[in-house]
Amino acid sequence: MLGEAEPQWLSEEVKTGTTIIAIQFNGGVVLGSDSRVSAGESVVNRVMNKLSPLHDKIYCALSGSAADAQTIAEMVNYQLDVHSMEIGEDPQVRSAATLVKNISYKYKEELSAHLIVAGWDRKEGGQVFATLKGLLTRQPFAVGGSGSSYVYGFVDAEYRKGMGKKECQQFVINTLSLAMNRDGSSGGVAYLVTIDEHGTEENVILGNDLPTFFDQ
Amino acid sequence: MRIFGQQISINNDLVPDWTREEVSTGTTIMAVEYDGGVVIGADSRTTTGAYIANRVTDKLTRIHDKIYCCRSGSAADTQAIAEVVSYQLGFHSIELDEPPLVETAANLFRASCYRYREELMAGILVAGWDRRKGGQVYCVPIGGMLVRQPVAVGGSGSTYVYGFMDSNYKPGLNKDQCLELTTSALSLAMERDGSSGGVIRLASISEEGVERRVILGNQLPKFSTH
Repeated sequence: MLGEAEPQWLSEEVKTGTTIIAIQFNGGVVLGSDSRVSAGESVVNRVMNKLSPLHDKIYCALSGSAADAQTIAEMVNYQLDVHSMEIGEDPQVRSAATLVKNISYKYKEELSAHLIVAGWDRKEGGQVFATLKGLLTRQPFAVGGSGSSYVYGFVDAEYRKGMGKKECQQFVINTLSLAMNRDGSSGGVAYLVTIDEHGTEENVILGNDLPTFFDQ
Repeated sequence: MRIFGQQISINNDLVPDWTREEVSTGTTIMAVEYDGGVVIGADSRTTTGAYIANRVTDKLTRIHDKIYCCRSGSAADTQAIAEVVSYQLGFHSIELDEPPLVETAANLFRASCYRYREELMAGILVAGWDRRKGGQVYCVPIGGMLVRQPVAVGGSGSTYVYGFMDSNYKPGLNKDQCLELTTSALSLAMERDGSSGGVIRLASISEEGVERRVILGNQLPKFSTH
């Protein structure tokens, strides 16, 4: 008939294709993510920060459907605010992760988002929790998103127990860079958040500052 | 999934489901060039659905004296293609009266894989040594493309080790470093991919000839998260 076909990105669901990673070190955590949001073949946002605060010292990394992930993060942010007022002190990372897990599990058929929750609290120090499909598990580090498949081998080989803060930051940057090179749904810049006893530090590493590898 | 043989019914519990599944070399395969030759490696698991039909498969198939291929995808398809190419290359080499080129072997694979691309499911790495260009690795993935690469991985397990390969390969490695890189990469992939496992089969091809070895399960390199 007359008229052009509708551009694909109007009808495709917006997904944060993504690579996300969180790793624990002695005294805190480092979270990292790429910045690409795609709707089909189109990149609708190339500078999105997928590291979302749930509380001062608790962040989550978003992947999967952008709408689902953002909504879960906002709901948990609210619930955590109420909870922390009720107990009169900063919430535990495990509490935040449990709230995320409860939503992911209850609505597991309707939602398609995976959040990694990481932060620091006074009781247990730095912690990383994975909440994929409604499970809750604490891990020394966690990777997620479509780009994570390409770096499982790398993180398995390079992770060592007892890495310090700077080593962990470098590990996260290298992992993100490798995944962004191989995964079409990941790219842009790398966002880093480092949380420890003294505070929360947000960083951006621009495309040309990311590490390069033998074929670049 | 194409269905071979008789079936009583799709959902019949009396017949195990692996009788209906196609045999596939789930797989992780890898090939690396070094100055003077190539190193190739593969896992050893062949699956029909969830059943491991062969846990000691040899996926490194000889095409000519100094040309081998690593097979991934449908076991039947890749075996058939490898036999056809071996025959064609053997004939060509007799006509030429000298050892065939690796690039020729790779092109023969590509010709079959491209022509019958709709019917086949085959991802192949062709690697070997010849006098003209030394060690070479050619990648012929599903669909029938042909490209030469200094290092290549293939099969279902390969997605997990792209990052490891990108960060650990550098041009100018020697044979022992290539063997170590291949062993580590295959080991990592076998840990993460359900369709890859068993032992690691390695071969190094150079002017001197072909040297094969096997790394058994308990000798695989270990990484700290295991």
